Amino acid sequence: MALINTQQLEKRYDVGDSVVHALDRVCVQIDPGEFVAVMGPSGSGKSTFMNVIGCLDEPTAGRYFLDGIDVSQMGRNDLAQIRNEKIGFVFQGFHLLARTSALENVEVPLLYSKNHPKDHKNRAREALKLLGLETRQHHQPNQLSGGQQQRVAIARALVNNAPLLLADEPTGNLDTKTSIEIMELFVRLNEEKKITIVLVTHEPDISAYSKRIIRFLDGKIVSDRENQR
Amino acid sequence: MINFYSTLKISLRALRVNMMRSALTMLGIIIGVAAVITMLAVGKGASNKISEQIATVGSNLIIVIPGSFTSGGIRLGSGSSQNLTVADADAMKQECSSVSTTAPVLNGSSQVVYGNQNWATSVIGTNEGMLDVRDWMLFSGRNFYDQDIRGAAKVCILGQTVVDNLFGNDDPLYKSIRIKKVPFTVIGVLASKGQSFMGQDQDDIIYVPVTTAQRNLFGRHFPGSVRSIMVKAVSTEDLSRAETQIRDLLRQRHRIAANQEDDFSVRNLTQMMQMAEQSSHVMALLLAAIAGVSLMVGGIGIMNIMLVSVTERTREIGIRMAVGAKSWDIRTQFLIEALILSLIGGLAGVLTGVIVAEMLSFLTEWTILISPVSIVMSLGFSGLVGIFFGFYPAYQASLMNPIDALRHE
Repeated sequence: MALINTQQLEKRYDVGDSVVHALDRVCVQIDPGEFVAVMGPSGSGKSTFMNVIGCLDEPTAGRYFLDGIDVSQMGRNDLAQIRNEKIGFVFQGFHLLARTSALENVEVPLLYSKNHPKDHKNRAREALKLLGLETRQHHQPNQLSGGQQQRVAIARALVNNAPLLLADEPTGNLDTKTSIEIMELFVRLNEEKKITIVLVTHEPDISAYSKRIIRFLDGKIVSDRENQR
Repeated sequence: MINFYSTLKISLRALRVNMMRSALTMLGIIIGVAAVITMLAVGKGASNKISEQIATVGSNLIIVIPGSFTSGGIRLGSGSSQNLTVADADAMKQECSSVSTTAPVLNGSSQVVYGNQNWATSVIGTNEGMLDVRDWMLFSGRNFYDQDIRGAAKVCILGQTVVDNLFGNDDPLYKSIRIKKVPFTVIGVLASKGQSFMGQDQDDIIYVPVTTAQRNLFGRHFPGSVRSIMVKAVSTEDLSRAETQIRDLLRQRHRIAANQEDDFSVRNLTQMMQMAEQSSHVMALLLAAIAGVSLMVGGIGIMNIMLVSVTERTREIGIRMAVGAKSWDIRTQFLIEALILSLIGGLAGVLTGVIVAEMLSFLTEWTILISPVSIVMSLGFSGLVGIFFGFYPAYQASLMNPIDALRHE
């Protein structure tokens, strides 16, 4: 069964008199364990696609099944729970809580988890260890380099054992060397942990790490093909 | 749903990160609560003092004084007539069911001599009922006997101030003092009562039998006439009934026709003082209300800062929502922050209020009374203020759209 399954997914915005189709009848299936890069110029709808499959935004029409669950009709609180259980986010701007230690940042999703795991700290610590940050637990974001911050963010995305990792321009704020490190990390997570990764980028170098590339233009998918690393 | 302890931790951390701002926000609540506590303490203290003074004057007290006396078209003030008598006092006691005791008063001021000491004081001719009427205890010795009054015995009971000035450390009992050159034997010493609420020294007094006062000290034109009669009603509820009974009895005794005015007046002293007590109560409430307004202003300060905080932390809210925080979680977080601000502020305010009230009482010698009720109430009220003014910002935060919140710079 597909992890992500969208049917005629539409997202319309009313801008004055005209209607903008940010997503125009998008049908996509992504299976567990895939590593997909979503590409396209700015305004092509790739970010909207990301927001909708990340359950941050609701589609105007069409249906979206995440892990077999129809989430297109859910309310905001149910979507919050889905995000908590099924999805880990990695953003371009890292989006870590300021003046909060790396460990506590990683803990945040566990705080909102339904079955309040007792061992918050240990799980957060393990996630940090997986990303080689065990010595940086008590550092605050402003004491970490960009690459380290992004790795904290990835640890946060993994801590709840979500099957889907969504990354929105994860290397946009990083230098080339660090970008390569982060991308190799994604490849490792995808291969060793079997985590499904959907990554939005406009850089061909970055999309080259994925196994499948979907291209957007004007809200439509214009190409969807396998990629050889 | 996120558990309460985690939310508490998040809120505390947020407040700690903005230490200075949190402290300043609390200041509004601190001042408000401290003002409420201090004002209530001062107001309560004042009304309590008045109650105590009412007790020292005597409870359920009515004073009957003669009416005005008209001489050649000139009306003298009330009390100038000499138409109240000892017999009136006795009749009241016997015939009015709501009257418990009466005591006539025939007073004057005179120089009192003991040995080589002398002292000017107020001498009051009365009967054995006076101590009961004024709820006054004897420090030593005895009250007048009935035969002291009837036989116009030259005996007297002294107030503490008189004893202090005439006798120093000597025991005054059964000593002889001279009032207007008439020797009197001291048979009793009154317990100290202190100042009346008008500021008079109530202990600067000598009681003598009313008959002796008439015959030997302050003889008046009409035999048996007195300056006033003090009456003790059976109970507070009986005060107004006793008043009516006294009025009816005296009109009858003084043969006043239905269309004529009273030739005496009846004053309900207790009622007057209860009014004074009530007005001080109203004053205390008024002060507390003003203080309550400053508590409100403090609450608005909390709302203001919480709104700023919500705007400032939009991205944090977005992040929390993205990783799974529900509207409820965000709302609770900000509400708890507001509540912590107001409760810590409230606690600090109670502490400040108590200190300020104690300092006031130390510096000005006012009586203060810090009631536990006022502490509990102002703490509860500051909590309510926190919830009330914290709700709107918290609600605003919970309505945010995660995508917009994340994009917020």
